Amino acid sequence: MECVFGLVGDGFVIVASDTSAVNSILVHKTNEDKIMKLDSHKFVAASGESGDRVQFTEYIQKNVALYQFRNGIPLTTAAAANFTRGELATALRKNPYMVNILLAGHDKETGPSLYYIDYIATLHKVDKGAFGYGSFFCLSLMDRHYHSGMSVEEAIELVDKCIKEIQSRLVVAPPNFVIKIVDGDGAREYAWRESVKDTPTAQPEALGV
Amino acid sequence: MARYDRAITVFSPDGHLFQVEYALEAVRKGNAAVGVRGTDIVVLGVEKKSTAKLQDSRSVKKIVSLDDHVALVCAGLKADARVLVNKARIECQSYRLTVEDPVTVEYITRYIAGLQQKYTQSGGVRPFGLSTLIVGFDPHLGVPALYQTDPSGAFSAWKANATGRNSNSMREFLEKNYKETSGQETVKLAIRALLEVSYFLSSGCTFEFIFHKLPEHA
Repeated sequence: MECVFGLVGDGFVIVASDTSAVNSILVHKTNEDKIMKLDSHKFVAASGESGDRVQFTEYIQKNVALYQFRNGIPLTTAAAANFTRGELATALRKNPYMVNILLAGHDKETGPSLYYIDYIATLHKVDKGAFGYGSFFCLSLMDRHYHSGMSVEEAIELVDKCIKEIQSRLVVAPPNFVIKIVDGDGAREYAWRESVKDTPTAQPEALGV
Repeated sequence: MARYDRAITVFSPDGHLFQVEYALEAVRKGNAAVGVRGTDIVVLGVEKKSTAKLQDSRSVKKIVSLDDHVALVCAGLKADARVLVNKARIECQSYRLTVEDPVTVEYITRYIAGLQQKYTQSGGVRPFGLSTLIVGFDPHLGVPALYQTDPSGAFSAWKANATGRNSNSMREFLEKNYKETSGQETVKLAIRALLEVSYFLSSGCTFEFIFHKLPEHA
């Protein structure tokens, strides 16, 4: 029931993902951040097996950092996406990582870009993409409302439409989402959309203890 | 004596490892490098012999970053340095991956020194012909640190140190003039130490510096 989706706008990329960590029927937490910062201008939004997700994305993140130290220059988004796909492909026929990834980045020379990388090492450069059951709704909505060169406000409106649709139509819909943005100024968190907040623990006085 | 300096696994009768000592000779021929620790800053400086007219000087970087908060300069065989620095950079990221924390300066110094020592006790290899000066800030306590390693694999922490050509003169100068400084004063001390020895060298050498200032914690 995990949902990850993203789209490219005018000089930026927006990615959104649900923030629920689930194990069978139990919800561990509702504020799990699944969009990891790869470097100053890249995000990896990942969904899938939670152990694999964290292990794999952290591994990619450290290798991207190592490249930068070795070469004094950051990887391009395309290079990072191809490296990620290569790692998935190498592991595929031995011990596959069950992780789906949307890699979003901004390069000075080529601008914003979004890459769709699924768990069997498919790689596509896309303008909009989505993973999970929510993708059935997101992709249709994005097909209808997306146009190239959207402003941040327009893109956020579309993202909110997608979130609303997921929450109303998916049987076990995730309650909270996080939205992050990458543009020329870097990668940063944009907003959270929370419909369920952590309830504060009861204070001893209130219990009459 | 000549029989005891072929393979480094052999001690000489009077307890020397000649290959290690010869490696130290290589260090003494390397370019002068200095490191100074201040209260809120660490400074590394190295002398760069004037580059050949046709050489692109930007491609010759003597001070390298191992991680966001650790930097290193070495004196001696530059090609050996590349190997050591590469391994250290990998270790910095590997540590972050397994422990979710950046390395401490002491940890990465110990790692590099350990590598240098390994090559004094293996068959068929020679020691790394370089000494390093490593600076950085402790990622949690924000404490500045300066360490030195040498081809034998020994390492220790310093308030200020020098290595490479004329390191004895520079160290003497530092011993005479060192006091707890911060900011620009620390930088000036490092510059003066280098000028002390470079004045007598061939004209037209430049210096490369790096200063790490105490990072602001969020």
